[in-house]
Parts: sequence; C-alpha cells; structure tokens
Amino acid sequence: MLFTLSDEQRMIQETAREFADHEIAPVADRHNREGKFPLDIVKKLGKMGFLGMAVPEQYGGTSAGNLALVLALEEVNRVCASTGVTMSVQNSLVNSPIVHWGNEDIKRRYLPKLATGEHLGAYALSEPGSGSDAAGLVTAAVRDGDDFVLNGTKNFITTGAEADIVLVMARTDTSHKTRGITAFVVESGMKGYAVGKKEDKLGLRASSTVQLVFEDMRVPAANVLGEVGSGFKIAMHTLDGGRIGIAAQAVGIAQACLDASIKYAGEREAFDQPIGKFQAIQFKIADMAMRLEAARLLVYNAASLKDAGKPHGKEAAMAKLFASETANNAAREAVQIHGGAGYLEDFPVERFFRDARITEIYEGTSEIQRIVIARHVLKNLQ
Amino acid sequence: MKIVVLVKSVPDTESKIKIAADGVSIDPAGIKFVMNPYDEYAVEEGLRIRERLKSDVTVVAVSMGPDRVVEVLRTALAMGADDAVHVNDPAFEGGDAHASARVLAEAVRLVGADLVLGGKQGIDDDAAFTCAAIAEYLDIPQAQIVTELVLSDDRSRATARRRVEGADEMVELVLPAMITCDKGLNEPRYASLPGIMKAKKKEIRKVGLADLPLKPEQVGAKGSATRLVKYHGLPERPPVKMIPGDAAAQAKELARLLREEAKVI
Repeated sequence: MLFTLSDEQRMIQETAREFADHEIAPVADRHNREGKFPLDIVKKLGKMGFLGMAVPEQYGGTSAGNLALVLALEEVNRVCASTGVTMSVQNSLVNSPIVHWGNEDIKRRYLPKLATGEHLGAYALSEPGSGSDAAGLVTAAVRDGDDFVLNGTKNFITTGAEADIVLVMARTDTSHKTRGITAFVVESGMKGYAVGKKEDKLGLRASSTVQLVFEDMRVPAANVLGEVGSGFKIAMHTLDGGRIGIAAQAVGIAQACLDASIKYAGEREAFDQPIGKFQAIQFKIADMAMRLEAARLLVYNAASLKDAGKPHGKEAAMAKLFASETANNAAREAVQIHGGAGYLEDFPVERFFRDARITEIYEGTSEIQRIVIARHVLKNLQ
Repeated sequence: MKIVVLVKSVPDTESKIKIAADGVSIDPAGIKFVMNPYDEYAVEEGLRIRERLKSDVTVVAVSMGPDRVVEVLRTALAMGADDAVHVNDPAFEGGDAHASARVLAEAVRLVGADLVLGGKQGIDDDAAFTCAAIAEYLDIPQAQIVTELVLSDDRSRATARRRVEGADEMVELVLPAMITCDKGLNEPRYASLPGIMKAKKKEIRKVGLADLPLKPEQVGAKGSATRLVKYHGLPERPPVKMIPGDAAAQAKELARLLREEAKVI
C-alpha cells in the first residue's frame, strides 16, 4: 500500500500494535465471554495518550490527528472491538466536539482529564423513540435561571455505565425540529442523573451499552456546548468524524478475520492437504484481502481529508459503509473457512462475526450512509 | 547526574534470518529491526532512576550503527530518554565487537556518564562482549546480568543483584560504573503518544570518527581483533512424522521408531 506514514504515525501504529497484541489480546476472549468492561486496559490506553489523540497539547493531549487515530483504532479493534469502540467514542464523539465547539472554560474544565482517561466519556443522542431520525429527540431542557433542567431518556449509550462526562443532546425549543436542539456537557455526578438498563448485546460484550435517565437534572448554562440551538449541527458534524473511527474499527475486525483465516487455512487439513491449497478457500481469502485493502484506503483517505481540514462527510460515509460491509463479509467467510469450528466460541472468528454486525448499524446505519452519499452525489436534485 | 543507556538495533525475534550471498552478513530484506529486548530493560531502568531521584538526572540513549539505528534512538526518546546520540562513520564499518566497544567507550567518555546501562547481550550475535569491553576501556567497575539495582542516596554508589548458581549475589560498585541488565530488572514501559510526538522534534546528536580521539586503524575492520569467516545456516528441520492409530498403538510405534530409526533408546 503506497500510503506514506510519517515517523510518528508509524510509531503510534507500532505502539498500538504491541499494546494490542501483548496487553489486550490475551484477555479479550475472557472479557467478552464474561461481559466485563476492561477498565484497567482502558485506563492504560488513557495513560499512554490513546484517548487524547484529538486533544491539543495545552489541554493534555497530543493532537496526533485522525490518520494516527485510525491506525491505532485498527490495531486495538483487531484484537478487541469492545475496547476499540470505547476508545473511538472517547476520541471522536466526546473529546473532538469539545475541542471543536467548546469555549475556553469548558475546554479547561473537561479536556485534561478526558485526554488522559482519568475521566471516561459518552455521547448521548439516541432515544427510545429516535435513532436514525435523530432530530426527533424529545429529551427536554428547560431554562431556569442559570441552569437548564433536563428530563428524558437516552438509549444505547456506549460506555454509559462508566462515563464521568456525557455529551447530551436535548430539546430547548419545540418549535424548531433541528434548530431546537442544544448540546450539553453533563457530569455523571449531577443530581437527577441515573444509569438505567444495561443492554445484553449480540456482540461488543465487553463494552457497556446502557440507558441514561435524567430526572429534573440541573445542568449549568455554562455547560452548553457551542450555542443554544446548535446541538443538531454539532451532533451531525461529530458523527462525520465518529464514522471514520467506526470504519477503522471495521477494518480492524476484517484484518482479524483475514489473519485467522490464513492461519487456519494453513493448519487445518482435509483430503490429505492443508485446506489453503484448495482454490475454494484461496478465492475466499483473496477476496477478503482485496476488499480489506480497498476499505483501508477509503478510511485512510477520509481521515487524511479531515486532518487537512477539508470536507470529508461523503468520504467518511463511504469509508464507514464500505468498511462495515467488508468486515461483515470477511467475518462470514472466516466462519465458513473454519467450518464447524468457526461456529464455536473456542475460535476467535465466532466473536469477530458477532462484533462485526454492529458496524453496519451504529453511528449511522448503512441505509443512512447511503442517504448521506446520495445527497452528496445527487446535488442536482436538491 | 548523567545516565548513558546503550541501545542496539537488532532483527525482531520473529524475523526469518537469511544469510546474504557474501556468506558473512545477513540479508536485511524483509527484516524488521527493533530495539534489543535487553536494552529495553536498560532504558526503563534509566528512566526509573530519573523518576526516583526526581531532580538533576538526564538519560542519554547512545547507539552505534547505520542510519536505521536512528529508529531505535527515537524509540528510546519516545519512552522518555532526554537525549540521543548516533555514533556512525563509514570508518566504523566491518568492525567486530572489540572495535565497536572501543568506539562506544570513547563516545560514552565524550557524552560523559555517571552510570552506563546496557542489555546483558545483543540477541543478534549473542556475544555479550561489548558492554564488558566498554567498561574495561573506560576503566570503570561493572556488574553483569543484573536483576535489581539500587543507587545510594548520595548517588555515589550502586548495589546490584546478580543471579549466580544457586543464589543471588549483591555487588556494590562505586560510580561511574557499567551495569548490564537482565529480564526481571523491571517491566519496560510502552512509548507514550506525547513521548512519540516529542521524540520527533528532538535533535539526535551525530558523533563520527573525527569527534573521537581514535585513529582510523583502531576502528572498523582494521581495528578488529577477530574476523567473521563464514555463517553456516542451520539445517532445515525435517518434516514431522505423525503416528496414526489409538494411544496404545501410537506408543508402541513411537518406542519402535525411537529405538530403530532415531536410535536414542
């Protein structure tokens, strides 16, 4: 692949690879089986700087950039997608919007601890009644003196059970659908904040996904991110960046599927030879490798555009859509190559198969990605 | 206080080593070079000493070799070393461990060191020679294969624990001294992202023959006491023979093969 990495991007990639192989991989299966959030690993990632890659130096991060972030995410997700999504959310959905939209006061108060993982973050947009129709959210934020009073329920909140800081989108004006939404930086210690039901998921079983319930929760007006009424814009812009992270996650899972398939094809014998000598298996592996290469290039391209400060909404959607479909395709074929063994939790591809599925759903379903892409390329009809 | 850490760039342990056509070097194509694993303990120990003593300690990584060793120096900087020195000169090429030790000893003298740390051996040629020879050239005390190191409060002495046959021995050394580090001394840290970003900005000091009080005939091939004659490749591992049948039949056949074919029982 002719995609020149800088020295520090390469070193970040190698450090992530070493950490993933030596610290995460040995415990990933156990954590996923037990549904245990890998708090110690996430804290270590924070100490090493992997959670503050979007945060400038003066707030305790490195501003390492999006290409460096996707390189690191790919390595972590290759061994554990649950750890990977935790890392992606903190960087792209929490720190990044605070860096981009936060005033000096908010940045100083929240970024240093988020950048080092001392605080964990979550992003609360979806609700029981609104997912893809994000602007349909009804969580209410009513001004009362120097505070806003929030009431409502947020759904599918990644890292919600562990989060110290949550970016919450709530409705401050019922007369405008999109312009009536405001983003708030909420602390989990605020009165009226409660963690609700913990979801039991098909995959990503070592990451927590919960409901958050706000009951007369008073949030100071100083914790409004950006302007009152700009929450929807912030939410959508943030998801453009988050999509690149999820695309990198999908590339990591696809790589894991390819690695496991190559290994198994060389070890498993049938009809007196390794199954990798059969063209039926070779063709599957060739296709997996080809799609993975294409997905990776799309992801690196979207990340590089974002680093260059150029529009990247279309490219991020393309990268996310293509990479997530690549991961699911790779996972299906990896299980097929493993035969019955691939259906057992004794082999890692069973976990990859379950983990891959969510990449086609969260941070914008495949259908939403197609809508985003279509809007970009069919400008003449708008 | 200045701590010099000697680091070497060696092929990754998972690399497949191929002998080059000349028979006296290895084919570098496809080999990933990394910091010698024992040198990682040395870097880590230097950083821990700096953290323990809190003030007035600098850790300087020194490596000798072609341009690729800069990567190893950057790794040391990314782990937290303060400075890095790259010792390189066309005249140094083809030198044996003895010639390298002479050059490195002068480089260490030039940098100035109160403590010199290195790995107990390079995992490439396994000579375990260079650090010992450097200590001799510098005429300083040394302790090899150390698993615990304690500095006195006044920073004038070090106590080193060494594993010997059947026991551990504790050796006290007056600084400056040379310590070679073994597994067990510490758990090397990963490079941090802030460290990586800072490492990129740091200038690596270049040291060549002209900077050292050595003559061309004292270094490189001319200054070597030994000459590498030839590498012999290891024989290919014969294919594995799988013995079919149930456990009893397998055991019987295994015993027969060990006696009649392998002739070991």
